[in-house]
Amino acid sequence: MLNDSGERKRSLIPTQEHLGRGRPKLDLSHSVILYVEGLTVSFDGFKALDDLNLYVSDGELRCLIGANGAGKTTLMDVITGQTKPDSGSVYFGQTVDLLGRNETEIAQLGIGRKFQHPTVFENQNVFSNLELAMQGRKGVLDALTSRQSENDIALIHDILKIIGLEQHLRSLAGGLSHGQKQWLEIGMLLIADPQLMLVDEPAAGMTPYETERTAELLTSLAGDRTILVVEHDMEFIRSIARTVTVMHQGQLLAQGTMSDIQNNPAVLEVYLGEGL
Amino acid sequence: MLEFNSRLFLRDKTKHAYIFLSIIFLVSISVSACNLILPEDSFFYVSAFTITLMGKYLCYAILALSVDIVWGYCGILSLGHGAFFALGGYTIGMYLMRQIGDRGVYGDSLLPDFMVFLNWTELPWFWFGFDHFWYAMLATVCVPGILAFLFGWLAFRSRVTGVYLSIMTQALTYALMLAFFRNEMGFGGNNGLTDFKDILGFDLQSDGVRVGLFLCTALTLSIAYCLCLLITQSKFGKVICAIRDAEERTRFLGYKTESYKVSLFVFSAILAGVAGALYVPQVGIINPGEFSPLNSIEVVVWVAVGGRGFLYGAVVGAVVVNYAKTKFTAIFPDEWLFALGALFVLVTIFLPTGLAGALKDNWSRVTKQSKSELK
Repeated sequence: MLNDSGERKRSLIPTQEHLGRGRPKLDLSHSVILYVEGLTVSFDGFKALDDLNLYVSDGELRCLIGANGAGKTTLMDVITGQTKPDSGSVYFGQTVDLLGRNETEIAQLGIGRKFQHPTVFENQNVFSNLELAMQGRKGVLDALTSRQSENDIALIHDILKIIGLEQHLRSLAGGLSHGQKQWLEIGMLLIADPQLMLVDEPAAGMTPYETERTAELLTSLAGDRTILVVEHDMEFIRSIARTVTVMHQGQLLAQGTMSDIQNNPAVLEVYLGEGL
Repeated sequence: MLEFNSRLFLRDKTKHAYIFLSIIFLVSISVSACNLILPEDSFFYVSAFTITLMGKYLCYAILALSVDIVWGYCGILSLGHGAFFALGGYTIGMYLMRQIGDRGVYGDSLLPDFMVFLNWTELPWFWFGFDHFWYAMLATVCVPGILAFLFGWLAFRSRVTGVYLSIMTQALTYALMLAFFRNEMGFGGNNGLTDFKDILGFDLQSDGVRVGLFLCTALTLSIAYCLCLLITQSKFGKVICAIRDAEERTRFLGYKTESYKVSLFVFSAILAGVAGALYVPQVGIINPGEFSPLNSIEVVVWVAVGGRGFLYGAVVGAVVVNYAKTKFTAIFPDEWLFALGALFVLVTIFLPTGLAGALKDNWSRVTKQSKSELK
């Protein structure tokens, strides 16, 4: 795919070779992208995460489930640098220690996050939201001198097509419906082109049709990227899940395929009557 | 079609800029001409006093712009911008003091009057260089810039935001006021710097120089406005708005929000300093009162009245409120603060987006109506 200027056009589902341009190459020699070991986080004595161990393979689509307070969001907070743990270690690939780095550095390493509540920039239009999220140089001088290239604009339009907001590119993000904001945030995640995506409740507030499309999108993205999804909607999990991890009270309760999980006595006990 | 989207938006903004700049240009040129060309008894004659008053308003307008760009666009409510304004004023004041030479009351060719009065025998080191205009100009930019950098670097890196940051900026300007009140600081203490005679060898009292200073201020305001417009229209502008609305989210997108805030804060402080440097030769005095916390709060009120987040709103707010202040204090000298407070409360309740916001809403309503009538 070469355009007029001879530059390679960014493809939406990039091949390994040009995933994360401009980022240091990640050491994935053991094909594990995320190591979480002995992670403990406590808030005023309450252990949100209690000696948690979790390994996510490169290219995996992993679902994380668990009751409220199981520590799913806290785990994401630790991975993205928002919360500092009491003990434990978190490695991105073989060599990159994520603890001790701040949110900005972690984002630049190629870890993207979609929040539980859609947080888009409400006072800016859809186009600008995507422009802000686009992968690239993010320094002050870069921002002062940056001009939208044809490639960037084309990429934004490609993303708009995927998220179904082509008609809304000039609308303020604050005026979108809840579902549309969810899509916009997914678009912002896509355009940031991260290697590891942390997706917190993507289907909340979406219609069944939209939920289905989200599931399709996430499934198609896995492989080249690694995706960690937190979701409550069991139907949704069932439609995308390959490996499911169940968390309970800050610890790993069970891990396996959806049918393993459904027949696991420990999970049944915790989830009794919750429709698994 | 792709270009159409982004360009159309920009065209809308540049239209505002053309209108704004034309008004500044026309008013400043015609007012200057009315002073210089017309005879004094003409009905349209504009006195040098009025020119200076207008020049003062325009300095305030630059100061308001500097507050608007940090508060309106980046959500940093600085209640200490008066400090940068006063520092800029002091740098030019020091140059003007050196221009007096041996024409002071004590006739000392080496030391300014207040130093002679304090029985000082030699010029303190930090006064060296202020004999040169270029040096003073450099200091006008550097002194507020460096202070803002240090303050911003410490505050933003520690993630101090919101009301805590506002209180710290108040403390900054208050501390500077107390320091400058001290005679030992070497800036004239309580009385500040005054009795200026010349600027660049021209008599400050002459009509020509006053008109010149007024025109310089108008030109600087126009340049400052264009710079602010360029900044807010660039991607940098989008990032600072994103920081204003959701700083944490912006960090997760990979932006070092601290760096953005520090650079914007430094730019804004320099703008405030330049405004102060233009202000002092026109009013003829600078004293520690300019550091008073109240002054900085007043600036915020101008911006709120004019419309925060609108560049021209800040300018309109500064001019309108100060015109009202001039008129009001002439009749009820002691009640101005109450009037200002009431104005702030009323604007917050009835015009939350300020005059510019109200104007924009009405304008879009009118254009919508006319469109539907056409149909």
